[in-house]
Amino acid sequence: MMLEIEDLHAGINGKEILKGINLTVKAGEIHALMGQNGAGKSTLSNVLVGNPAYEVTSGRVRFNGKDLLAMTPEERAHEGLFLSFQQPVEIPGVSMVNFMRAALNAKRKYHGLEPMSSGDFLKLMREKRKIVELDSKLANRSVNEGFSGGEKKRNEIFQMAMLEPTLSILDETDSGLDVDALRIVAEGFNKLRTAETSAIVITHYQRLLDYLKPDVVHVLLGGRIVRSGGPELAAEIEKRGFDWIKEEASLD
Amino acid sequence: MKEKDKKEKDRQGIGSYESVTEEEKNRFVREVAHKKYEYGFSTDVQTEIIERGLNEDVVRLISSKKEEPEWMLDFRLKAFRYWQTQKQPSLAHLKLPEIDYQAISYYADPTKGRKKNGPRSVDEIDPELMKTFDKLGIPLEERLALSGTAVDAVMDSVSVKTTFKEKLSERGIIFCSISEAVREYPDLVRQYLGSVVPYRDNYFAALNSAVFSDGSFVYIPKGVRCPMELSTYFRINARNTGQFERTLIVCDDGGYVSYLEGCTAPMRDENQLHAAIVEIVVNENAEVKYSTVQNWYPGDADGRGGVLNLVTKRGHLRGANSKLSWTQVETGSAVTWKYPSCILGGDNSQAEFYSVAVTNNYQQADTGTKMIHLGRNTKSTIISKGISAGRSQNSYRGLVRVAPKADGARNYSSCDSLLLGNQCGAHTFPYIDVRNDTAIVEHEATTSKISEEQLFYCNQRCIPTEEAVGLIVNGYAKDVINKLPMEFAVEAQKLLNVSLEGTVG
Amino acid sequence: MNSEQQYIDLFTACRGLIDSHSAGALNALRDKAFDDFCRQGFPSQKVERYKYTDVASAFAPDYGMNLKRLEFAVNPYKAFRCDVPNLSTSFYFVVNDAFCRENSAASMLPGGVIVCSLKTAAEEHADLVASYYGKLARTEKDTLNALNTMLAQDGLFIYIPRGVDVERPIQVVNLLRADTDLMANRRVLVIMEEDARARLLFCDHAMDDRNFLTTQIMEVYAGERARLDFYELEETHAKNRLFSNLYADLQRDSTANLYRITLQGGLTRQRTDIALSGERAEVGLYGCVIADKAQHVDHNTLIDNRAEYGVSHQLYKYVMDGESTGAFAGRILVREGAQHTVSDERTANLCGSEARVYAQPMLEIYADDVKCSHGATVGQMDEQALFYMRQRGINPDEARLLLKLAFAGEVIDTIGLETLRNRLHHLVEKRFRGGMARCSECRFCS
Repeated sequence: MMLEIEDLHAGINGKEILKGINLTVKAGEIHALMGQNGAGKSTLSNVLVGNPAYEVTSGRVRFNGKDLLAMTPEERAHEGLFLSFQQPVEIPGVSMVNFMRAALNAKRKYHGLEPMSSGDFLKLMREKRKIVELDSKLANRSVNEGFSGGEKKRNEIFQMAMLEPTLSILDETDSGLDVDALRIVAEGFNKLRTAETSAIVITHYQRLLDYLKPDVVHVLLGGRIVRSGGPELAAEIEKRGFDWIKEEASLD
Repeated sequence: MKEKDKKEKDRQGIGSYESVTEEEKNRFVREVAHKKYEYGFSTDVQTEIIERGLNEDVVRLISSKKEEPEWMLDFRLKAFRYWQTQKQPSLAHLKLPEIDYQAISYYADPTKGRKKNGPRSVDEIDPELMKTFDKLGIPLEERLALSGTAVDAVMDSVSVKTTFKEKLSERGIIFCSISEAVREYPDLVRQYLGSVVPYRDNYFAALNSAVFSDGSFVYIPKGVRCPMELSTYFRINARNTGQFERTLIVCDDGGYVSYLEGCTAPMRDENQLHAAIVEIVVNENAEVKYSTVQNWYPGDADGRGGVLNLVTKRGHLRGANSKLSWTQVETGSAVTWKYPSCILGGDNSQAEFYSVAVTNNYQQADTGTKMIHLGRNTKSTIISKGISAGRSQNSYRGLVRVAPKADGARNYSSCDSLLLGNQCGAHTFPYIDVRNDTAIVEHEATTSKISEEQLFYCNQRCIPTEEAVGLIVNGYAKDVINKLPMEFAVEAQKLLNVSLEGTVG
Repeated sequence: MNSEQQYIDLFTACRGLIDSHSAGALNALRDKAFDDFCRQGFPSQKVERYKYTDVASAFAPDYGMNLKRLEFAVNPYKAFRCDVPNLSTSFYFVVNDAFCRENSAASMLPGGVIVCSLKTAAEEHADLVASYYGKLARTEKDTLNALNTMLAQDGLFIYIPRGVDVERPIQVVNLLRADTDLMANRRVLVIMEEDARARLLFCDHAMDDRNFLTTQIMEVYAGERARLDFYELEETHAKNRLFSNLYADLQRDSTANLYRITLQGGLTRQRTDIALSGERAEVGLYGCVIADKAQHVDHNTLIDNRAEYGVSHQLYKYVMDGESTGAFAGRILVREGAQHTVSDERTANLCGSEARVYAQPMLEIYADDVKCSHGATVGQMDEQALFYMRQRGINPDEARLLLKLAFAGEVIDTIGLETLRNRLHHLVEKRFRGGMARCSECRFCS
């Protein structure tokens, strides 16, 4: 079992947003997480990666058998957890090269490996950049600075390619992307998939899921998962919206 | 008067003055309030003025005329003795004409003469002047009364009339002249007077503490929101007198008050001295808004005469979650020297300073604020707009200080200057002093002139240049003007235009 | 005893000795400087331009002075090889306040260019030196100018004649070297004639673990269309006190970019006064300060716009840790008639733990058709950026370091000389990582 979330309660600024999340993700699976704004999707992703702005009030999360909530954000990253941010922050003055080198070598150190040589590192950058068709000029710029919305999202997937996580969370990676950019991002993601890697994909739309083909689809409502199903659930939401699920949930 | 009639009068906003004398007094207030000095007018009232000069006897005389208790006299004497040991400071960027403190009379009472001569009638006011008021508008007492604003009018040294007192007292709000407060509420006054601006604060504060004549006192009890705007209207009228008013506002836990201050003075060749103190105490969860439209006589086009406006204004945000906001539109005075300041003592307290200062001809304005962050998570905002024309000098001077314990303190300052003419000066002197590593302080300032393109665009749309300048200046000052209570905002906009008349050839 | 007295006594007692080891042009100004010093004394912190530095205390201790101009045994060329890799420079040493003659790089300079001891210059080109020396650094209003003018015996002289472009940067290493506590009064005079171009790199080092007190007065004249890039890098130690005043006069169409970078030091006080005297003169002032422990760094600048179409940019960035104090006071003065001035000024501070930061940007404007702005910020690192980096596996310390580098890097990135830019990025990183920011080749940098 890769990820086991048990009765997770969490919130921000003293306001509870997650009210008992239960979710299990196995190796190789892709889970889609859908729901309206404010349902708690981004809160869940931030809590999983350990954003200090959010507080966990109760519940347990195990990641490959380890207590995820006890780890620092960087330890979670070293263990293989990756978040593609909904709004990647701009970091002026920090070049992508230095940033990625620091990240990659920190992970290598954690796993008892020597830092990568400059030559190998730059070669790796070049290879991985191609996966999301990221311009070499962008790779020389400061982190996300002056990137368009689409470029930022591609940059997220590029970093994912560099760090080779086992569990990736894509938080609305499709928002703000045009059709071509969406295809590039989605195909890039698919190239990185293996039987051992899993993902939680947060989205409002069917079109990303058409590419990624999730194994399970969950609907988050009022801080709880109120419905889970196969890919057909996403298709139904695309057609009918969320109201019917809300109604059914309130009947329960 | 029947209860029904009284209510009717209240509804009409006329106020409830029961005796004939009250009515007369009220009319008198209206008269003095209506005088518009810019047109060379001084109110011809018989005024009791004590002899010029300043010594301990004068201080005692002022105190005795006001029938003050012993402690008040002690307060004055201490301040006076301190003042005697001090020298008039040279004020950073200001050229202050020499002030002969012995040539000034420290007490003038216009109500004394009037009693003998009987009331004057509104009809006696020059109709031309009435027209001018209508055009320009200064905070007319009547107009304010109609809009439900309580007014305390201070002419020369004496508080002439406080309206709506009864209505306010129903809620436990005290709004009266400071002289009356000294007599009626000695414990409150004694507790707070000088607690925010001690007499040792600066030269002019010491002088004021020794000879202050009158001013307003406001007390908002716990949990009370003052239902109307409170207003003080200051006017220097008598010749060779200084005005040294003193305002004390105490807003207790959870209280709220919005306070307006308007000022005028007649046209005189010589400089008139105005050295006031405003102290504000804001307790837990309380909020005070203090708005000023300062329109003292600025001197003539050659720089003769005008009021020397040397004022110490400070608020102490003592309680947690307290709020204080200073808004000022400064268009008058030959010299303005004032820095309405905030001591953010309570955790999460918030302070604001919004200022528009317009100078023309030979006016000099040096104004700004101090934000002293002592409590945690305190926030302050400074928005200053300076507009200089003619040969005037206009400076923003400010201090933002974050003390070591003020974790999470936040300040944003923006100070812009607009230059209209190539013989004036616009200056910005902010001081930042940060001793806490969690503080965030941001300051920005720009200086520019009205662009030719803007003017041409307006001209092309049939707007003459002078009017266009007025429009653009008003747009420029809008952020601040919008913070004023509505009646004041309208007056302030008109004032901006008048102050800049003749700046575009 | 007040701090001034020992200097008054010293000057009165040793006037003959001072003069005899100096030159006419320098000696000529001593009497007036002495009067001005006696009259003013050291400025108290109530004096606006010295608000943030306690001058009197810094000058109170008793320092030795090398008035007899004894030569130091050490040959710095053999001992000291700090340089910028891959940057070929004309290389000079000034030990304390004395220009080092040996191994002169003069042969590499284009014809007519002079780089020599100020004393020598005052002897060999008496009229030239006399017509510029002390004209910008007036002694009436600045005690430091007065004190230095009254005591300085030597220093550095640089002359670039009309139309000469000195391609190879001129590098000057100012070494403080003494076996006792020492005070050095250094004078620098730079004259650039019309269309002259040069790049100067000054590196300040303290070789011995002594208390050093340096006053340095630098006067720069840039003729019409001249272009100067000046880089000053301080890497001294906690026992060093540096009072450095730089004056520059820029004529029509001339350009100067001046960098003053402090990586290590004790007390650093830098005054930079730039007069844009000719139309379209342009200046860039840049400061980068990295301070910790009890370091004190105080920058005080003035851009004096005297002619039309002047342009100036100022960017000062401070990274303050420990109990350090950082101050920036920058005044933009636009005089009446200096129309079409464009001037901006920005200072940004990262204020750590117990550090204290003062910022005082000033605009003083007497002309209406100008575009002037200033901005000052004090704050900490972007929490969101920190978290973003942690999510990518970078530990918080490393993430903070990267953000600090980026912060300081903004100044360094504006440096035109690529090799120097890279070297400075490297030095700054080394400094943040706690290593002594010195190279590994010489015996002083271990």
